Amino acid sequence: MRKQPELLVTAGSLEELTALIDAGADALLIGEEKFGMRLPGNFTPAQIAEAVKIAHDRKVKIYVSLNNLFHNEQLELIPDYVKQLAAAGVDGVEFGDPSVLTAVKEHAPQLKLHWNAEMLSTNYATANYWGSKGASRVVLARELSMDEITEMMPKLEIEAQVQVHGMTNIYHSKRRLVQSYMAHQGRPVQGVDLGKDRGLFLVEAERKDEKYPIYEDSNGTHIMSSDDICILEDLHVLMNAGVDSFKIEGLMKSTHYNVVVTKAYRKAIDAYVQDPENYQFDESWLEEIRRVQDPERELSFGFFYKEQVY
Amino acid sequence: MQTLEKPKPKYTGKRHRLSKPELLAPAGNLEKLKFAIHYGADAVYIGGQHYGLRSNADNFSFEEMREGVEFAKKYGAKVFVATNIYAHNEDIEGIEDYLRNLEEVGISAIIVADPIIIETAKRVAPKLEVHLSTQQSTVNWQAVKFWKEEGLPRVVLGRETSLEEIAEIKKHVDIEIETFIHGAMCSSYSGRCVLSNHFTDRDSNRGGCCQSCRWKYDLFEDARPAEAWISEEEARESSVLKNFKLGVTQLPLFNEDDNAFSMSSKDLCMLESIPELIEVGIDSFKIEGRMKSIHYVATVVNVYRQAIDSYMADPENYVLKPEWIEEINKAANRPLNTGFFFNTPDHEDHIYEPEEKAVPYDFAGLVLEYDEETGTAVIQQRNYFKPGQEIEFFGPDGTFFKQTVGQIWDEDGNELDAARHPLQRIRMKVDKPVRYFDMMRKRK
Repeated sequence: MRKQPELLVTAGSLEELTALIDAGADALLIGEEKFGMRLPGNFTPAQIAEAVKIAHDRKVKIYVSLNNLFHNEQLELIPDYVKQLAAAGVDGVEFGDPSVLTAVKEHAPQLKLHWNAEMLSTNYATANYWGSKGASRVVLARELSMDEITEMMPKLEIEAQVQVHGMTNIYHSKRRLVQSYMAHQGRPVQGVDLGKDRGLFLVEAERKDEKYPIYEDSNGTHIMSSDDICILEDLHVLMNAGVDSFKIEGLMKSTHYNVVVTKAYRKAIDAYVQDPENYQFDESWLEEIRRVQDPERELSFGFFYKEQVY
Repeated sequence: MQTLEKPKPKYTGKRHRLSKPELLAPAGNLEKLKFAIHYGADAVYIGGQHYGLRSNADNFSFEEMREGVEFAKKYGAKVFVATNIYAHNEDIEGIEDYLRNLEEVGISAIIVADPIIIETAKRVAPKLEVHLSTQQSTVNWQAVKFWKEEGLPRVVLGRETSLEEIAEIKKHVDIEIETFIHGAMCSSYSGRCVLSNHFTDRDSNRGGCCQSCRWKYDLFEDARPAEAWISEEEARESSVLKNFKLGVTQLPLFNEDDNAFSMSSKDLCMLESIPELIEVGIDSFKIEGRMKSIHYVATVVNVYRQAIDSYMADPENYVLKPEWIEEINKAANRPLNTGFFFNTPDHEDHIYEPEEKAVPYDFAGLVLEYDEETGTAVIQQRNYFKPGQEIEFFGPDGTFFKQTVGQIWDEDGNELDAARHPLQRIRMKVDKPVRYFDMMRKRK
């Protein structure tokens, strides 16, 4: 039997976390805005401890996101936070900023380190470099092609995680861009909700049918993709290549949607692991997802099969 | 009479022993390199044929680099190469050879974002200094310390770092700090933007950025009830979903005559804060713009050179000269601001209006020779000019005067009604002495 790849899903609340475990998630990514970016919800340290308890009872892992770009004033919060996470039994943390790596090695060495520099994790050699610094996993950039990912696998000395479903971040600024625009327009901005639940989006003149969600939080302005990645149909290519973890991004989606998607990927992974030789994609798995998919957001292969130039 | 009183430092609590910062300028090609250095840059940064982030610039071959390094040496200046892509698998193989070549042609330092290029340089080209690129978005002292421990002598900070934060970084870590002080800025954290990839299939982090942040967008709010699409009928029947029942699915957040939404940032200009930047201890002042013109590079470098030298010569009596600001504005492509140095940029730091006309001045001619006796100069034509036009001469160290073009002649002494031919040698009278490499500009 093949090595069982991990099915990792983000969760925004304890309720969602429980529902996703029921749906077949092997690991959950959670956290709070102060330390992690673009999370579907905020977990306090106490809730994280609770999440670990729920998850570990069912042999499911909990990872916490610490992938912010930190400024000086936030640095002193990191050591205590990682100590709390380790004490709670968290399995690993995601990081992009080297200051997190330093803090974990010094204060909470039992935490696994997953290197996630978003769009900047683009080759095996740099992933191995972070491996030599203590990372056990690389979260690969969503802009890589299928060929790049598969050829990377034999050269990687650490685990690889690939996002297989959901939206991606395409722009992150420390500036408050929506607020600035509204102030420019003369609209009131004080106390106005510009967060991810407001449903704000951008449309570019020549791409009228593409809607790019935009929101602000304490980490600045985030612009998200207009489509949702869905590689379910070709998941076996990634499984054949030996990718260790598949991520479903649940940001800006309902629990119901995330449960349906998780179940579909669960079926595909289980079918493959049981009998890789005779694995066959089942169109009905994808049909389940299509039924809950926002008709204004295309399900796409993202950059898996797209030629990019420069 | 000698005064015994010690000069008081202007900014208490900051460094009192001032060290002169390096002025680092962009050079998009060999000619721009020569202008940047002649006009006062202590170092220039260039791009090679690979691994840089300006795939559209006419980048340097190794031979051109060698020539650039030779030229720089005469002035005691250094040449850096930007190798600041985030590499993909296919880029890995050629890195060793490329870095060896850079070391061999005499490059002083490389500016690197991707750690695999840092590691490779340490291994195969140890004479190359490695500077961490702004593309790493390094904005805290722990991260700076990490890179110092990796052996780097210099970090280019993320543009999101404030002056106060820079002071704190300098306090915690003994390392050279480079910051951008002038030019265009990514409005995102550098590197954390793949708009180009999504809009045009061009990879921004390998040099394909098509500046989608400068485009215009419409801002809407989704007016559909949450997940109406799961059961459309049910949603339509709900009494609270009036908008949706009326078929309204999105609300525009702009009026007809509003400017469109944009992420476009004004350009950075720290000219008015040179004393603060020097006193906080920034080691290298970097000007953005490998794609910018000769006129731009020479003008901007010239101004900052004068400001830095003037402050270092006599900090107590330093005054910001209004003519420096005038000069900077002659090269400005966009409205200017101070980035994140003092505050997080707000609505006045972004560009929503249609972009105004480009730079108001053109490089019209380059001084090749000057004859003191006759007061005439030989000018190499760089753009159309003709008798009667108002022009300005400027050169390093603040040479500056305006005049009207009088009679002009070609090399054989034939009088011309206009200078039409690129690079033609033109003789003309000048009102004041000029020197080789002084520039002549005209209003567009």
